[in-house]
Amino acid sequence: MNPRATISLALAALLRNRMRSALTMLGVVIGVAAVLMMESLGKGATAYIEATIAGMGSNILMVVPGSAHGRTGGPSSSGAPLFGPADLEALRRGARDVGLVSPVSQRPLRTVAGGLNRSTPVSGVSPDFLLIRGWSVVQGRTLSADDERQAAQVCVVGHTIETALFSGSTALGKELRIHDVSCRVVGVLESKGASAFGMDQDDVIFMPFSTFSRRITGTDRIGLMMAAARSADRIDDAKAQITNVLRQRRHVLAGEEDDFSVRDPREVQAVLGQVTGMLTTFLLGVAGISLLVGGIGIMNIMLVSVTERTREIGIRLAVGARSADILSQFLVEAVVLSALGGMVGIGLGLLASVGLARAIQVPFVVPGGAVPIAFGVSVLVGVVFGVFPARKAARLNPLAALRFE
Amino acid sequence: MGSPALPESPLLELRKVSRVFGEGPALVKALEEVDLSVAPSEFVAITGASGSGKSTAVSILGCLDVPTSGEYLIEGHPVQTLHGDVLAALRNAKFGFIFQSYNLLPRTSALDNVALPLIYAGVDLAERQARAASALEAVGLAGREDARPNQLSGGQQQRVAIARALVNEPEVILADEPTGNLDSKTSDEIMQLISSLNERRGITVIMVTHDPKCAAWAKRRVVFRDGHIASDTKGAA
Ligand SMILES: Nc1ncnc2c1ncn2[C@@H]1O[C@H](COP(=O)(O)OP(=O)(O)OP(=O)(O)O)[C@@H](O)[C@H]1O
Ligand SMILES: [Mg+2]
Repeated sequence: MNPRATISLALAALLRNRMRSALTMLGVVIGVAAVLMMESLGKGATAYIEATIAGMGSNILMVVPGSAHGRTGGPSSSGAPLFGPADLEALRRGARDVGLVSPVSQRPLRTVAGGLNRSTPVSGVSPDFLLIRGWSVVQGRTLSADDERQAAQVCVVGHTIETALFSGSTALGKELRIHDVSCRVVGVLESKGASAFGMDQDDVIFMPFSTFSRRITGTDRIGLMMAAARSADRIDDAKAQITNVLRQRRHVLAGEEDDFSVRDPREVQAVLGQVTGMLTTFLLGVAGISLLVGGIGIMNIMLVSVTERTREIGIRLAVGARSADILSQFLVEAVVLSALGGMVGIGLGLLASVGLARAIQVPFVVPGGAVPIAFGVSVLVGVVFGVFPARKAARLNPLAALRFE
Repeated sequence: MGSPALPESPLLELRKVSRVFGEGPALVKALEEVDLSVAPSEFVAITGASGSGKSTAVSILGCLDVPTSGEYLIEGHPVQTLHGDVLAALRNAKFGFIFQSYNLLPRTSALDNVALPLIYAGVDLAERQARAASALEAVGLAGREDARPNQLSGGQQQRVAIARALVNEPEVILADEPTGNLDSKTSDEIMQLISSLNERRGITVIMVTHDPKCAAWAKRRVVFRDGHIASDTKGAA
């Protein structure tokens, strides 16, 4: 029998029991869909992490007080002292491969303009900060070294502030009252839109660190320093230099652990990578189990089908079918069944991947490589689990099969 | 068969063929040392009481079953030595079967039922359809190509089965009670058809029947009794 005739025979047999065929395919459908989701999610998450880290600015290092090994670090949990402007100055001079460095001190504060007010995260930063973040202004100017030196009452605002407090007309040159400190808007930032987590990244105000510490917080202690290495291949050197300078300044003895930590977002990436890895492994498990269960389901239904069609097999043998013809007929039927399941699973898996990507806010990546693999696996499942029933059919004795009731 | 027929050997020959079913207390000797030879173009009617071994003998003759002991020779070649695929090829090309219960594939058109042996003969689709259609025409069913078995009367279903038996131009037709489920008028028509295959085309016919009227169509009558051949007579009844 030629292959095309065998396949159309198999399709006809499967269509005769539509419901049963559909239910039998389910395991393979789920398994294949899981394979696709796994691949898509893994790639999407990686792309997301890379994009997020790229969006933070390039070659970034973050310096926080507290040991890297003591829970989350941070001043309160470890009792390690915060940084001061002198630390910042020391890094500027002492860490050769650190190109830019800025303190970051942030508080949510009531901000008033005209009759309108809102609570907005306000940050005290040095002029380097916007360079580190790679963030430019669309109107006016950025914060300058003079602003910092003079503790000027100026600020740069995000796009949201302009729309929320100035009803869309330009904020440039207008006065804002932040925590009862009057501040002139000297620049409006380029809009970044919502973050991957849905946070409004444009709902921000930046002012000189000197102004922020003197007028608003009343302290020049720094909880976070953000630095940028001169280039990507200098990140590790920059990190070592920061560590050296700060260990000296904070009198950490040789052999003692750092009481601060220098974080490289690429490390965060590695951790997130591990999380996605676990999720991927979980989905792989789901896929494996579904495919196994699906395969057993196919074997079961094929055995039932062989029994039901014993007489048909007898008739075919009586008119000249060889046992190889019967074997291929039932094997092809099993393979067509699981391959159809595979195709449905691929469709469903792609849809589910799009949904999942939306739900957890990562970009959807077409799992290109997974499609042929998933299809191949579904065909393989059909072969592996179809062989036993098909052999059972092929070994029937013609007379016994004809007389079967 | 690959090699030519040996001279003097009959077309089909059973030599001391026994067929035993089951074992222990359930053991049944369906055939016991049966000798039978059939020449080309013979028309043999096999009769006998129920359970006397007629169907068993026909199944062995048609390579659907094998003897427990003894030899079955086709044109002098012992069937026991043949590979399963060769037996399948024999069932496909040398023999045509007609059963009491028709044994058509359900939910399959008359044309496709008739074309079935040609699929396994490796004939391509167009030729399969043409040959199946002409076989249906030969049994008087032109125009019913698309009918399913459940849309046909018993007599028509048996005609489809006969067309299927004929389609690959067999040398031997084995019929096991072909008229067993039919009324006497339809029975007569079917016998007419079978007899004409023997007379016009020279096809060897071996037919099991309980009906003396059907047996009368044959030129040779073999009577089975308890797994033995009780009598074997040639010439008109
Ligand atoms: N597969 C089988 N298993 C066990 N016994 C069998 C089997 N096939 C046939 N027999 C037994 O062999 C004997 C001969 O059976 P067979 O079918 O050849 O009889 P028959 O002459 O065709 O009868 P009938 O006229 O009723 O069709 C019977 O006793 C039957 O019970
Ligand atoms: Mg019988």
